[in-house]
Amino acid sequence: MTDNIFQGYKGDSLEILKKFNVRVWGQIEVETNRGKFKGTILPRAENDDDQHIVIKIPTGYNIGIDINTITDIKEIGYSKANYKIPEKEFPYSKGLPNVKLIGTGGTIASRLDYRTGAVIPAFSPGELYGAVPELADICNITTDKIFAVFSENMGPSEYITLAKAIGKEIENGIDGIIVGHGTDTLHHTASALTYMIQDSPVPIVLVGSQRSSDRPSSDAALNLMHAAYAAGHSDIAEVLVCMFGPTSDEYGFLHRGTRVRKMHSSYRSTFRTIGDIPVATITRKEVKPLKPNYNRRRNDKKVKIIPYFNDRISIVYYYPSMKPDIIDSLIDNGYKGIVIAGTGLGHVNKPLYPALKRATDKGVNVFMTVQTLWGYTHMFVYDTGRDLMAKGVVPVMNMLPEAAWAKLGWILGQTEDRKEVKKMMLTPIGDDITYREPYNGYLIYQGGVPEVEEFIKKFHK
Amino acid sequence: MNKVFDPQINYEESKKAIGYVPLKEATQKDYDRIGFKAGLEVHQQLKSKRKLFCYCPAGLYHDDDNFNAEIVRHMRPTLSELGEYDGTALMELKTKKEIIYRINNDNACTYEIDDTPPFQMDSEALEIALEIAILSKMNVVGEVHIARKQYLDGSIPTGFQRTAILGVEGEIQLKHKKVRLIQLSIEEDACREISDIGHTRVYKTDRLGMPLIETVTYPDFVNPEEVKEGANYIRFLNRSTGKVRTGMGTAREDVNVSCRGGTRVEIKGVSHNNWIPRLTHNEAFRQWTLLRIKKILNQRVKNIEKWKINFEHIKANVNFSTYEPLQIARQNKHDVIAINLPEFKGILSHFTQPDKIFADEISNRLKVIACLEKPNMIHSEQFTLNINLSEFNKIADILNAKGNDAQLIIWGPKEDMKTALETIEERCQMAFERVPNETRKSFENGTTIFERVLPGADRMYPDTDSAAISLDDNYINKLSKNLPVDVYKRIEQLKNWNVPEDSYNYILKRNLMLTIEKIILDLKIDSKFVGTFFGHTLKWVEGKFCPYDDFIYEKIYDLFKYLKQNKIELNIAKKMLPELYQHGQLNFDSILKNLKFKKKTRQEIFKVIPSLRKKFQKIKMSKNSNADINWIIGQLRNNALGNISLKDLKTEIENK
Repeated sequence: MTDNIFQGYKGDSLEILKKFNVRVWGQIEVETNRGKFKGTILPRAENDDDQHIVIKIPTGYNIGIDINTITDIKEIGYSKANYKIPEKEFPYSKGLPNVKLIGTGGTIASRLDYRTGAVIPAFSPGELYGAVPELADICNITTDKIFAVFSENMGPSEYITLAKAIGKEIENGIDGIIVGHGTDTLHHTASALTYMIQDSPVPIVLVGSQRSSDRPSSDAALNLMHAAYAAGHSDIAEVLVCMFGPTSDEYGFLHRGTRVRKMHSSYRSTFRTIGDIPVATITRKEVKPLKPNYNRRRNDKKVKIIPYFNDRISIVYYYPSMKPDIIDSLIDNGYKGIVIAGTGLGHVNKPLYPALKRATDKGVNVFMTVQTLWGYTHMFVYDTGRDLMAKGVVPVMNMLPEAAWAKLGWILGQTEDRKEVKKMMLTPIGDDITYREPYNGYLIYQGGVPEVEEFIKKFHK
Repeated sequence: MNKVFDPQINYEESKKAIGYVPLKEATQKDYDRIGFKAGLEVHQQLKSKRKLFCYCPAGLYHDDDNFNAEIVRHMRPTLSELGEYDGTALMELKTKKEIIYRINNDNACTYEIDDTPPFQMDSEALEIALEIAILSKMNVVGEVHIARKQYLDGSIPTGFQRTAILGVEGEIQLKHKKVRLIQLSIEEDACREISDIGHTRVYKTDRLGMPLIETVTYPDFVNPEEVKEGANYIRFLNRSTGKVRTGMGTAREDVNVSCRGGTRVEIKGVSHNNWIPRLTHNEAFRQWTLLRIKKILNQRVKNIEKWKINFEHIKANVNFSTYEPLQIARQNKHDVIAINLPEFKGILSHFTQPDKIFADEISNRLKVIACLEKPNMIHSEQFTLNINLSEFNKIADILNAKGNDAQLIIWGPKEDMKTALETIEERCQMAFERVPNETRKSFENGTTIFERVLPGADRMYPDTDSAAISLDDNYINKLSKNLPVDVYKRIEQLKNWNVPEDSYNYILKRNLMLTIEKIILDLKIDSKFVGTFFGHTLKWVEGKFCPYDDFIYEKIYDLFKYLKQNKIELNIAKKMLPELYQHGQLNFDSILKNLKFKKKTRQEIFKVIPSLRKKFQKIKMSKNSNADINWIIGQLRNNALGNISLKDLKTEIENK
């Protein structure tokens, strides 16, 4: 017998199961000093304690039983849960665009196993069609799951694989790409792909969900439909992030990959374009460009794939009294690039200067962004700024720290020539630097102000 | 043979045929005949300071139009909800409702609208719920696991309710039997509906997330009165803790009813226990009726798989030109469709509930599922005569109907017609097979209408956002030691105290036992007097006057203590109570002063009896032998109250 019959149980609770000769999925009657309980033993989550046994009672609820109260357990039956997601063949419709959905591991669509509560990802076209059949009215979808990692584990090597895979699809003549992705680092990946995939003839749309699709109120299905429409039908051939506009189920935004950021830990409308406006709004039936200038869709299959990344780079988020050894340790550990998120217009305190000087002298490329996120670095205004520049720190205008990180890694993957690195950093790609900040690029209104209250009462946030 | 068909007569005859008896005349025999069975799900809000899973204050409500923002959501069935589905079924997901949530910053945060994950469960609420679980003789769980229970109607923005079992297998002791309890859970309350018109349903989120417990009984009740007794018992038990909310909508019952051969139908949200007998009575008979309809239809139609409706679009300006809703439909460019229901003659006007017919079952589903506002149909067995029924003959011709068929006409927006037709066909097909599983909405007159299809069993899954909560023995034992007395023991006590039975409900409902007991034991006042004072006098005062803001029942203890200390006869308390109730800020001296009370000795009161007797001889208006005594008591009553008992006064008058 394998330990599998005691799935997740350990220590004392495992001993109890063994003592009474019962197992996970066994239907049991338990006698305790709190009375009798009936149900099916469920697997226990690995991190939970070893003082309880979880059972599903006949009404469908789960309860835990304190092992110290147990006097007897009898197994009266056994039935193992085994659930497979229903599949339906994704219908092919002539005349609809062909879109490739590339999975990275985030569960855009999923279903629940009601017995275990486990979320089973729906990914194959058949499963997807089962979960979101409306997709079949928008485009023909094929899928490719290139890895299964959580958003936070996405990194440079995944960016490279992804960029190459997308390049291949484009060369094969696909009409649009969707990348399903967890939301936490969606904007890091979007930046990296913007650098690695250039002059794409088709839209490359990254999409995720803030509420998993096992909830009736999930944003997953609508986001997916929006993404499918953007990939298949829109004229905007760029790397875009497609997520909810307002938190209501109304419309989505298409954001430029380098200008977008996750701005709330849990809201549906968490992704915002910073320092500019989104490229477009999107519904299931329509793309409405908000910006007049974007790369148009083309009929050729030409794309530049530049799949390089050096991950010896770091973002340093400055705080008052930061000690120079933070910088020193990066230098000593062989880091090639540092992106500082400085205060205000791009500042750090004086004690850091020698360390920064040492860094640039040693060939580490140091760039300055702003932790205010909105606005430009401006290092001529105060002496501190000028001093820093004299030490070799290069301000990168209004590039977001995450975009700067992705860009620096991408550049250092290609060259370590300081001049070239600097030149490339300061050459805008995909609006990572914009020379003009429109007046409506910064909109964080404060609640409580009567006219703001009036506005949010009328329009959904 | 072919006499003229009269729907009204058909209604009466069908009512008779199923043996419908009005509630008042029904006996246990009637309920045994139809196999009446019922169970309860009793919901009770807990008196906690905050909501169950967030830090919003609990119990703060607002008007419908007092909101800061609105959020729109659409509920989407997760895969399993549809079981074996096909894609288009999901796409055409019938009731396409847009749900709007109104949010007021005072009582809702981003948790309520599912933009923030849950915070830890409120420990105050959990503790109250556990006390009630122990009081309900439940087996308390060792670890609380929070589950998600799906609700697709939009009443909860997440699409599910967070809920957890605290205990299983309890019992309550009613007058004649024990009723078994299945389980007790703690859960978050749902939104309050503001409106539901067409494809838009509006909710407010003030009540959403308030802590609630649900006590579920086995279907052990065998007649409507017993269901009410059970509902009352559980309500009294909850209130005996003094830690639950009282007032409008704070306690609601879902009543599950079936008859033999019927099915579990859930009557939702009954907030008045007095409604329960009529509602359960009617529902059991409605199911009994549907079984008769099933029998009739199966006799008429042999091959039920082939049964289906046929329909034609018609022009309302040709037919039923005087019927206003149809005229309006035409003006709105709505579709008007005539439908033939083969072999349904006499079914549409078949009795289902008092003043309800089978056609209502269809109409109510059209409203809920196809979003057609009422009136949404007319039919060939209509009672009301503002349409010309003979017009249906022409319609029957258009539809190639046969003599034993029935016809309907529906109207509404083009895009809703497909769902409407499916809904009609589906409901009629069900009539051949079974009593549909439904949740139904209740009305004061004891009738119910279709609310939703009863959700399937598989709609529960663990809440991955919450950790389990361990309940160790020390904690449970501590709670067990500090519980109120069992309700059935309290009833026993009231009986022993000779308190009139008609005051039990009032006393238990308001959780007055502790106060009453304290008065009886501390002040050594006659128990029957005290019980009656609360059960009759206080009840009367409460029904008649408006209370002072700070009035609490414990003030009655102070009242009696004051009277005892000042050696004032207790019978004046009845006169003082309305003053105390309305003007709680007054002290007892002032109340007595307002009542013009003067302390008098027995002799002072008695000494005027002879002169009063003389006076009565002069004005004597009644020949009744006791007339003089009663008149004199009347004259001395005000003087006597607070000084001597009326009984003593009477004895004195009789003996002098």
